Parts: sequence; C-alpha cells; structure tokens
Amino acid sequence: MGTIALGVRDNVAARFWGSTNGKKAVMAVTGLILFGFVMGHMLGNLQIFEGPVAFNDYAKFLRSVPLGLWLARIVLLTSVVLHVTASVQLVLRKRRARPVAYASKESIASTYASRTMYWSGPIILAFVIYHLLQFTFGVTGVPDYQEGEVYRNVVSGFGQPAIAIWYIVSMLLLCLHLRHGVWSMFQTLGVNHPRYTPILRHGATLFAVVVAIGFISIPVSVLFGWVS
Amino acid sequence: MRLTLHVWRQQGPRTKGRLVRYQMDNVDHEMSMLECLDVLNEELIGKGDEPIAFEHDCREGICGSCGFMINGVAHGPARATTVCQLTMRNFKDGDSLTIEPWRASAFPLIKDLVVDRRSFDRIVASGGYISVSTGNAPDANAILVPKDIADRAMDAAACIGCGACVAACPNASAALFTGAKISHLGVLPQGQPERHLRALSMVAQANLEGFGGCTNIGECTAVCPKEIPLEVIARMNRDYIAAALSQRDAEVNTIRPFTEWSTGSKLVNDPHATS
Ligand code: SF4
Ligand code: FES
Repeated sequence: MGTIALGVRDNVAARFWGSTNGKKAVMAVTGLILFGFVMGHMLGNLQIFEGPVAFNDYAKFLRSVPLGLWLARIVLLTSVVLHVTASVQLVLRKRRARPVAYASKESIASTYASRTMYWSGPIILAFVIYHLLQFTFGVTGVPDYQEGEVYRNVVSGFGQPAIAIWYIVSMLLLCLHLRHGVWSMFQTLGVNHPRYTPILRHGATLFAVVVAIGFISIPVSVLFGWVS
Repeated sequence: MRLTLHVWRQQGPRTKGRLVRYQMDNVDHEMSMLECLDVLNEELIGKGDEPIAFEHDCREGICGSCGFMINGVAHGPARATTVCQLTMRNFKDGDSLTIEPWRASAFPLIKDLVVDRRSFDRIVASGGYISVSTGNAPDANAILVPKDIADRAMDAAACIGCGACVAACPNASAALFTGAKISHLGVLPQGQPERHLRALSMVAQANLEGFGGCTNIGECTAVCPKEIPLEVIARMNRDYIAAALSQRDAEVNTIRPFTEWSTGSKLVNDPHATS
C-alpha cells in the first residue's frame, strides 16, 4: 500500500500533535497531572486547620527538598504550557470549523461544565498566576507579606473579602472544569465502557466538589474568623 | 395546523443567504417534515418562486441523505429520528420553526439546505474498508464472530452518514461519525489486519478536512438518528493512540480534499461551486 500523506507531516510525533485527537490526548495526560497536583495541594492546605506551627512546618518541609520541588515545578509548568497551547489551538480550529454561526442552536444533552471549558480554563489560569504572585512571590494581595510566614500570609490575604471572593469564585470554576475534565480525559484516552463510564462521570463530579469544598473552606474560615 | 417556517435560502455557495419566512395554514399532522416542505414547494412553484432545495432519497430513515436543523436541533425535536421520519405531530398549532442547513466548513453549502458532505466519503475511503481474498466464495462461518461483537459492530455500522453529529457539535467535529466507521470494522476479526492503519488514516483524513476536535461534549450522540454511542469515539481514540505510539513507519492513507464538481454535474454553471 502506498503512502499518500497529503498535508500530513512525516514526523510521527509532529503528526500526533498535529491531529486534534493527539492534542486531546496530551491535554488528558497533562490534565491528569494537574488534577493530581490540585488534589495534593488541597489536602496539604487543609493542614492550616491544625494551627500555625503545623502549617508553617508543612511549608518548610516542602521547601526542604529543593530537587523534588524543582522537579515538581518543571513538570507542572510543562503540563500547564502543553495544556494551554493545545486548548488555544483547538479553539482556533473550532472557530475555523464553523465559520457561519447558526441563527438558532440548542444544547440538548451536554452539561454546562462541558460547554464552558473554554471559559473556565482561562479564568483558572489567570487565577493561578494571581495566586502565585500573592502567596509565593508576595507581590500583591497580602498587605504585610512575610516570606515563610505562610499561616500569617494566608490569614491576612483572605482577611480582605474581595480577594477571598475572587478565590472562592475561581474554585467554583475549577470545580466545573474538573467535573467535565476528570471523566473526559478517560474518554479521550480511549477508556469508555457502559459499566464504568457512569461511575467515572459521577466520580468526576464527586472529586470536583470535594476539591472545591476543600479549597473554599480556607477563605471562608478566615472570613468568619475560625482561622486567625 | 398553522405553522410559521423560517427557512434558510441561499442561491449558491458564493451568494449571501438569509432566513425567509413562510406561513403555512394547512399542515397535516400526519405529514413528515419533508412532506411539509414538499407542500410548501408546490405552493412556491405555483407562484413561480424557486422551491426550497433539500436532500432526500429513501424517506424511511436509512439512507442518510436528509437532514437540517429545526429550531437549533439537528433533525428536529424527536430523538433517534431523521427529518424524513419526523412527523408534524411533534409540533403544535402556531409553532414557529427555524430551518437551517448543517453548518461546518467541511460541509460547504451548495444551495438552501443542501450541503456538500463528500468529506465524509473521503474519511471512509481513506480507511473504512477491509481486505478480502478474491477467488472462490469462502465457507460460511469460517471466521467465528461472537454474538455480542457482531451486535456491537452492527450498532456502529448503523451510522447512515447524515452529518447531524457534526452539525450539533459545538466544535463541528466529525468524531462520532469517524468513530462509528472505525469501530464497526475494528471490533470484528475481519477488521484486524488494517486496524491500526485504519485509525491513523481516517483520523488524519478527518483532520485534513477541517473538522474541529472532539471535546467530549455529547451533543452528537443525542441528535444521532441511529443513537451511535460516545463509546465509539473512545474506541477511535484508543486505536489511534495505540497505532500512533506503535507505528514503525510513517505510513498513512489520505485523500486530497476536493471541492470542485466534475463536469456534467448540475453545478456546471458555477465552476467554483464549493471551493
Ligand atoms: S454518527 Fe449518527 S449523526 Fe453522525 S453521521 Fe452517523 S448516523 Fe448521522
Ligand atoms: S431521506 Fe433517507 S434518511 Fe431521510
């Protein structure tokens, strides 16, 4: 059989990335990595309820293994870059794929979360950048930022209602994003079975809600003075 | 029954189209949607107007020729039904219907509600086949196929290529169609020899045609007249990823997308028909 590869790249990896299916596979794998991080980050953060000493010690512990820290940072940053690049390219492709819009178009079966991935994603990205500037670099959002005084920084950061609300809204969007993303990555990687897919869908919703509640509990506790 | 129709009218691929309002005062609820358009067309012809162009053939829901959007839903409000099988019983007196063609750059518009779906044919041609030895007819049941596998292949093969999945998809992706075609051969023993090349080629062709990417939204399967499940998309992804990771050469079959019509077609007056 001859090779008639019209407009298809010869390099196998480039061709994989060049196809929408390949891009989605990359998004699924990077999404899984980011989901794992979000899960771990949420669980770690909950130690704030054990008081300032335990929480600051946890933060110190994370920084005590620079190699591990930088490895994690590199993996996460690479994942974010790939995830975002693929999604931007897919949005551009989607625009080209339907140049003339419908006069009327109904959604009859899809979830709100699935249709708003292209909105929730960029807002979460903006939030993550702000979040890093706020708590990692201390550039903004914490009036009296002190390096290493993690507990104090969190309390004084979330003491400002506007910032706490921005955080809560972002976490609700993260919840939506995960609700679709976490089951969708299985579908993208080829896992679908009438017996397991409903479990995956429900499991995704459960995990999304648990992650959101876990994160949101912190600013809410600060606002109500339960953590101070 | 009285209905108000807003139908997309467009002379040709290069002209501007618009929704035109038609009032119908005597729609029988026993009619199919296409028969309703037939009645309207009779009226238009009687008045010397140009009838509405739409595709149809079998009118029994099996050929995949017909299809358009009704009030934003591909093939209209009834599930698992093509527009030729959609009876006007699904509408109420006084309803207003907006009727539009499928919208996707891979389905260039030809006229009114008719779009060029040859991109689907090229996806099938790139890999939707199996190789068989010619010669004497093989013995029946020489290759055993378990019942559940045969059923799954049959379910996927039920796809009639209507294009509703693309039309309903917010990304204008052909994933459900391509997945159905890849699955119906891929689950069968006869489909194994070309399984990987099929996935690579059909996926490459779908991408070449300019369909969007699948984001697992699920609007496609909801409007599919044959209720093709999302599972076929996962199957396509599984075969594609496995093939892409394991392939040893860069072999893939694709066909150059062409949009011109051959001479002798009705569109001979418009050589740039759909390009
Ligand atoms: S998958 Fe369903 S909606 Fe899509 S072309 Fe086939 S029959 Fe039509
Ligand atoms: S005309 Fe054949 S499926 Fe509708």
